[in-house]
Amino acid sequence: MLLAFLRATLAGMAALAMSGAALAQKKYDPGADDKEIKIGAIHPYSGPASAYGTIGKAIGAYFEKINAEGGVNGRKIKYIALDDGYNPAKTVEMARKLVEEDEALVVFNPLGTPSNTAIQRYLNQKKVPQLFVATGATKWGDPKNFPWTMGWQPTYQAEGRIYAAHVLETKPNAKIAVLYQNDDYGKDYLKGFEDGLGDKARTMIVAKVTYEVTDPTVDSQMVTLKASGADVFFNITTPKFAAQAIKKAAEIGWKPLHYLNNVSSSVGSVLTPAGLDNSRDIVTTAYIKDPTDPQWANDKGYQDWVAFMKKYMPQGNLADGFNVYGYTAAQGLVQVLKQAGDNLTRENVMKQAASLDIALPMLLPGVNVKTGPDDFYPIEREQLQRFDGKTWVLFGKVYGR
Amino acid sequence: MSGAGTVVTAGRRSPLFWLGIAAAVVLLCVLPFLVKNYRVFQFNLVLVYAIAILGLNILTGFNGQISLGHGAFYAVGAYAAAILMDRAGMPYWATLPIAGALCFCFGFLVGFPALRLGGHYLAVATLALALAVPQLLKYKLIEAWTGGVQGIVLNKPEPPFTFRFLGQPFNADRWLYFFTLAVVVLMFWLAWNLLHGRVGRALIAIRDHPIAAGAMGINLPVFKSLTFGVSAAFTGVAGALGANVIAFVSPDSFTVNLSIFLLVGMVVGGLASIPGAFFGAMFIQFVPNIADEISKSAPAAIYGLLLIVLMYLMPTGVMGLVRTLWLRRQEPAVAAAVPASSNAMTKET
Repeated sequence: MLLAFLRATLAGMAALAMSGAALAQKKYDPGADDKEIKIGAIHPYSGPASAYGTIGKAIGAYFEKINAEGGVNGRKIKYIALDDGYNPAKTVEMARKLVEEDEALVVFNPLGTPSNTAIQRYLNQKKVPQLFVATGATKWGDPKNFPWTMGWQPTYQAEGRIYAAHVLETKPNAKIAVLYQNDDYGKDYLKGFEDGLGDKARTMIVAKVTYEVTDPTVDSQMVTLKASGADVFFNITTPKFAAQAIKKAAEIGWKPLHYLNNVSSSVGSVLTPAGLDNSRDIVTTAYIKDPTDPQWANDKGYQDWVAFMKKYMPQGNLADGFNVYGYTAAQGLVQVLKQAGDNLTRENVMKQAASLDIALPMLLPGVNVKTGPDDFYPIEREQLQRFDGKTWVLFGKVYGR
Repeated sequence: MSGAGTVVTAGRRSPLFWLGIAAAVVLLCVLPFLVKNYRVFQFNLVLVYAIAILGLNILTGFNGQISLGHGAFYAVGAYAAAILMDRAGMPYWATLPIAGALCFCFGFLVGFPALRLGGHYLAVATLALALAVPQLLKYKLIEAWTGGVQGIVLNKPEPPFTFRFLGQPFNADRWLYFFTLAVVVLMFWLAWNLLHGRVGRALIAIRDHPIAAGAMGINLPVFKSLTFGVSAAFTGVAGALGANVIAFVSPDSFTVNLSIFLLVGMVVGGLASIPGAFFGAMFIQFVPNIADEISKSAPAAIYGLLLIVLMYLMPTGVMGLVRTLWLRRQEPAVAAAVPASSNAMTKET
């Protein structure tokens, strides 16, 4: 303790003595200079997941706005957006292009779990920030082994813990049934949920059933789960199966307290095909303001976002949550660059990314972006919402760290 | 690369041909030291795709069996190499022959139904293969080896020795480039010998007139299945090399698009042309990137447009155009010497 204090004092004195020189000294890594900061990004603009491409466009539009307003600390952002078609082999090529050819300071928001897995080792070897990756897997917050990789959105595990906390608060004697997809995504959710329940997981969870992505339906699984006598149902499924599960539960007259993972919370592609009446009272989480939710109509953050969309992305869809996602992620990066000041080295970018504590206008009230040297999970808070037959309605407190 | 195939008349070679070969060899060896690492990596991929397209061309161009499923063989080769390196700790170079042999067997087995299916029906059957393989790779019983959806991350092979040339270090990328180049030379030499002898003539005879070929004593079932096997082996070796270059394999890397791109590359390069594989490989490597630079909104549409323009300008592929130009230049001489046979001769090169 004393030693640390002494060291801090000495360091402070040294800094004071050199401050004149330090202030004038600007530090740069490849991708940054007095005029410009090069930011590389990889999103699928073509291929099976091209619906996500709009995230990359929204990010670019936000950087245009920042540049029009004078840039970050006087430097313009040069945005290099590349297409990987959601093919990890192509992601590797694009990441190498960004690092070796375009010399970007940061590889920002690459999308997809396999894609990020493919480039994680390379970027960490090259010591290039792989910043705010667009995937919910839990493995991105591992600063010990991968100090150059950082996540962004709440992880599947964090979300699972939130449902567990809510169950413990409202139904401590619940009998829980779980349906999950038999892969990393499903297991990630289940682990968070079981961790959240703690010792009670063993007694409370009365049935766990899996399905394969290649299965045609989950009908038989739903019948099995109903037979377990559970009164709480945690539904860890991707959109197609989520719709099937909701529909089947209604058909066989099973009415548990239904938690649906955020992955499948789309009203248009999940709840409508499952039947809006069947979907009533389902509970899920949210961390971002839904642009179709009328309660935000008079919200400053929402209005600013609409103004931004109209000016910089007029062709963009105002009902598409991905445009909010891109806008918010870009704001996170701009904050990191602002904090970095004139010291635009890759090391300092990671250091600043690991010392964030901000609120962003399109995150739900109470949801923040908070990181630390050992905490590479920027957004960890979420709020629960319940479906009222038409839209999601937020309720209760904000969960998470 | 460009000079290698300009002379197509079989038999006597002009000094110009050998000069072209020498220039190409020098260019291929110096090239990686003239450009950045990232470009070396891209050229490396071009070489890998060239082997894969050559494999497909043996089957489709020379033997007339259409395959929309060669991405599956590429995937099997890549996974074989990745699993052998990751689980069995095998050195990267040792995985190539194993991947090739495995794909030969796999291709040979796939070739059996091909005996009953002709033309478009075969194409559809192989398409099913291309669609099925990425799904099967995610299958949970083999997840312990394949890594499931997450795939397998590999280490890049380190160069056995290092030096500097033209101010550039001889690093992992450049070493892998020369390693791939050596494999390319070997595979193209094998293909050249295979296709310019008795076997090659038999394959072409089967393509052009199967009944006549059978009447001449060519064993159709054996030849067709073996061709499928050899073709798959070439593509499998390419897949194994590709896994090393990318240093990562996952099911999403080998979607049905890969099979279609290989077919596109073959057609662009020129059907039934060995050097055409290089041009096709360059097309599938670089044109999507160009399309992406032109438009973020519709890169696939731009890619399609470029492809249509190219096929309009060169309906018989790059090598077809080269051939036509060469013949036009030689026309007076050729017309005087062998007026009738020039077409027949060029068809098989």
